[in-house]
Amino acid sequence: MTRRVSLIKNLDWWTILLYALLVFLGWINIYAAVFNEEHQSIFDISQRYGKQLMWIGAAAVLAIVILIVESKFYSAFAYPTYIFMLILLVAVLVLGRDIKGAKSWFELGPIRFQPAEFAKFATCLAISRYVTQYNFKIHKIKSLFISGLILFTPMALIVLQGDAGSALVYSVFLLVLYREGLSGIVLFLAFIAALLFVFTLLWPKFTVLLILVCTSLIVSKAYGLKWSAFVKAIMMLASGFALVWLVAKGLKIDVSNYLILIISLGLSAVPFLVHTYKNKLKNVAWAIFIVFGSIFYTFSVGYIFENILEVHQRTRINELLGIESDPYGAGYNVAQSKIAIGSGGFAGKGFLNGTQTKFKFVPEQSTDFIFCTVGEEWGFLGSSFVLILLLTLILRLLFLAERQRSAFSRVYGYGVACILFFHLAINVGMTIGLAPVIGIPLPFFSYGGSSLWSFTILLFIFLRLDANRLELLR
Amino acid sequence: MNNFSNRIYVIGGIFVLVVLIFMIKLFNLQIVDDSYKLSAENNSQRQVTQYPARGLIYDRKGELLVYNQAVYDVMIIPRQVKRFDTLDFCKLLGIEKLDAIKKLEKAKNYSYRRASVFLKQLSSEQYAVLQEKLYKFPGFFVQPRTLRKYPRQSAAHALGYLNEVNNKEIKADSYYSQGDYIGKSGIELTYEKDLRGEKGKKIYWVDVYNRIKGSYRDGKFDKQPISGNDLISTLDIDLQEYGELLMQNKKGGIVALEPSTGEILAKISSPGYDPEMLVGRVMSKNYRALVQNDSLKPLFDRTLMAQYPPGSIFKMVNALIGLQEKVINPFTRFECHSGYHVGSFTMGCHAHVSPLDLRSSIMHSCNAYYANTFRYIVESPKFGSVNNGYDVWRNHVMSFGLGERLGTDLPNELRGGIPTLKYYLKKYRRKNLRALNMISISIGQGELLITPLQMANMCAAIANRGHYYTPHIIKSIGKEKGVDEKFTVKHETSIDSSYFSSVIDGMEMVVTGGAGSTGGLAAVPGIRVCGKTGTVQNAHVKDHSVFVAFAPRENPKIAILVYVENGVWGSRYGAPIAGLMIEKYIRGEISDSKRWIEKRMIEADLINQSEEK
Repeated sequence: MTRRVSLIKNLDWWTILLYALLVFLGWINIYAAVFNEEHQSIFDISQRYGKQLMWIGAAAVLAIVILIVESKFYSAFAYPTYIFMLILLVAVLVLGRDIKGAKSWFELGPIRFQPAEFAKFATCLAISRYVTQYNFKIHKIKSLFISGLILFTPMALIVLQGDAGSALVYSVFLLVLYREGLSGIVLFLAFIAALLFVFTLLWPKFTVLLILVCTSLIVSKAYGLKWSAFVKAIMMLASGFALVWLVAKGLKIDVSNYLILIISLGLSAVPFLVHTYKNKLKNVAWAIFIVFGSIFYTFSVGYIFENILEVHQRTRINELLGIESDPYGAGYNVAQSKIAIGSGGFAGKGFLNGTQTKFKFVPEQSTDFIFCTVGEEWGFLGSSFVLILLLTLILRLLFLAERQRSAFSRVYGYGVACILFFHLAINVGMTIGLAPVIGIPLPFFSYGGSSLWSFTILLFIFLRLDANRLELLR
Repeated sequence: MNNFSNRIYVIGGIFVLVVLIFMIKLFNLQIVDDSYKLSAENNSQRQVTQYPARGLIYDRKGELLVYNQAVYDVMIIPRQVKRFDTLDFCKLLGIEKLDAIKKLEKAKNYSYRRASVFLKQLSSEQYAVLQEKLYKFPGFFVQPRTLRKYPRQSAAHALGYLNEVNNKEIKADSYYSQGDYIGKSGIELTYEKDLRGEKGKKIYWVDVYNRIKGSYRDGKFDKQPISGNDLISTLDIDLQEYGELLMQNKKGGIVALEPSTGEILAKISSPGYDPEMLVGRVMSKNYRALVQNDSLKPLFDRTLMAQYPPGSIFKMVNALIGLQEKVINPFTRFECHSGYHVGSFTMGCHAHVSPLDLRSSIMHSCNAYYANTFRYIVESPKFGSVNNGYDVWRNHVMSFGLGERLGTDLPNELRGGIPTLKYYLKKYRRKNLRALNMISISIGQGELLITPLQMANMCAAIANRGHYYTPHIIKSIGKEKGVDEKFTVKHETSIDSSYFSSVIDGMEMVVTGGAGSTGGLAAVPGIRVCGKTGTVQNAHVKDHSVFVAFAPRENPKIAILVYVENGVWGSRYGAPIAGLMIEKYIRGEISDSKRWIEKRMIEADLINQSEEK
């Protein structure tokens, strides 16, 4: 009895309250999104809101079961759960059902089930377990390699299912690893890489390269390159460029400025490297290395974009960056979504009064684009409220994670917070045109049993761990 | 405590930053940027479906058969309706006040928010008057529609009619929504997908006073409707109208085909109806009248759905099977003494010279000849038993396209029926059939059931000396798409073409053989018409008058069947009507020497004045 009492006492009720509030608001908006005058009863299970009510009931039962289980169980069974989920992910590739181009659903009679959703908590458990093992050292290649493997395996399987969006979620574990000591440079590089990716697609190759060169020169100067060397470097580069250009003209070879710049860079790099080596300018060497790495990277971005990404993924990114604009075709969802949200104004049109909703302009209104309904019917006030509510929950989770005595619980808590954040960022970002269209659900809001249950499991395992935060789990 | 615990601020900072950026973007979208918002609080959008023009239908010579006429539905959204001057409104629409209140209630019951039809099909003149005053009646607007219009008021069965979609059709095809029109019969049904085109939509801003304020977002989200495809029919509308005239006040049908292609030249089911009766506001009233209160069933398409015994026109098929199976040859003679007698069994025949050879047997329509031929076929020792012999016979018959649906491009075609061996064995409770059991089908009576379309097609197969093309009524769809490929497939009968000439000789003698020929009234001066009469015996009512014919004998241009219910002799109505139709089609007009026949046929009334049997 005392154990039960202490469980109830030690549970973080604030989080549970936030969770309940979000699920309730989500349901309200699903009701509005699919509202239909012929079926007004909220229990009508032929309608999505009726079904969602069932899923919510089941989620509550699930939450209670999770809380009853011993917290040691979760760390002890982290690997078996992970392996089991991997098996399911493989099985769905064979036995799954094709829905909208993705083979990611099991179908058991009337119930559909998406293992990719549940792989999230299993992977989160496994990585928490691995990172907190004795022999784990964040800067050892082997440790990094194995943690990479733990994340990459489910990711690859999900990509194979044709659901690239759900796979991207796993990239957010980079933040978790950062908290556990991964160098900040990795985060910085990831940021630079993202920036370069965008620039490469937006601007001509020559411009991007020129910016890179200039930046690296300025960085080198800042890190101790003398003025004389700096001027020399620029002279060298300029004369190299002029030389190659003249030669090309003389021989009547048709080469682009881009190629000339690369060749002259290659030529001038040799004496430059010698100079830095002689003067032991370690930071400058780094800068040069990064420049050439970036050049290689911009090449591969172009290649990946044209050859590996699928057409719809390419057009979605092009739409986002404004390279293509086709409000009737590829950009239809986002254009309609922005109109719906934009028309909400300050206070919204009111519950069930969304005209965009009623005209069914926005596709996937109750699943991936549920935030439109929030934006249209509750306006800036309502959508900000929802955002702040979700942010509060996520920050609360970070706070709870830090107070854990056991490292396992802490890493897991970070994992939960980061996964929730990724979903929030991508889902809301896509509805307001700040992120590419990637079909992943808004936590607790989007219609669907699989996603609601998966977030519930994710969250309540952490709450269970948190209830025993003073214990040391191994 | 962990060394890296202050990294929570970096991670938390990233989270807060992203949400902050989102909120700034939301602020921009929802508050700063006006382009997404409504200019006034009560403004709302109205989505008006743009209905495409339904495809037109032409006849084979390019005459317009069906076109569209604009009408206007008054629509209502009950939620937007404010108090208004009911009297004025009713006067504009020409309805009673009570009626208006009833319609208002009905619309409210349907949906408070969604638009529904308040009053259907205003004419352009009514709409012009209403349009100017519409601003006084918020919640009401007008949706343009089109109705079908028929310049020739003919060929109603073939063209078919439209009606509002029912719930089943909406469920089956998401293209349709409440109040849309869909082809329910005839060409309108079969070619619905080609004719309908694709709906478009226009989205307007409207203000509180129901005035259109302009198109929503400069028409960015509007969709232009795509018109339906025009169809060219195989019908010859002049021939069709002439056939309808000849068949007036008679029950029955005419089917005329072009043997070389299978194209349906005319298709008359009588009594018919004026296609304009099933259009617009008068439709439901007329429909009820046509279905319930008319014992003659004018909506029933006899050419496709009536299954009759063919009578003596079936004798050609039996003769051809006999020739093919070599149980007879053109010079085989059978005795006939006022009929066919075996023991106590007798099948009567009329008076003619005896014995007859094959050609004369067709000319005189001798029953005994075909009873004998049929027996020789099924009892032929090469088949081992009558059972096998019957199966062989039946397969030959079916190769003429009888007893199965032909697969024409008109809906509701029935298959008719050639009795199966199993049927007879069960009926007579025997293991082994005897020829006498089913001897009546040798002369096209008994259990045989054939539709007029199949009879005409059988005649076309004979005219072609052994093959036919599936009869069809559409020659081409749209500008480029020609006839469906399945209508260019040649169907061979199981009879070698060399066997046809003696049978066709007999058919020519039916028309021009002089004394004793049964179809003399079908003769057309200067054209070699081949035909065959049929008189289908009925137990309780008068016999049916049947005639098949094709002409000219070489390179036939038309094959025709005329079936006049209760017309007594095949020679009395069938033959003369077929002759007139052939002349009309080939010559374009009727020669003076035949005017008296034309007059007699047009005036004949078998429905209102009954003749004695």
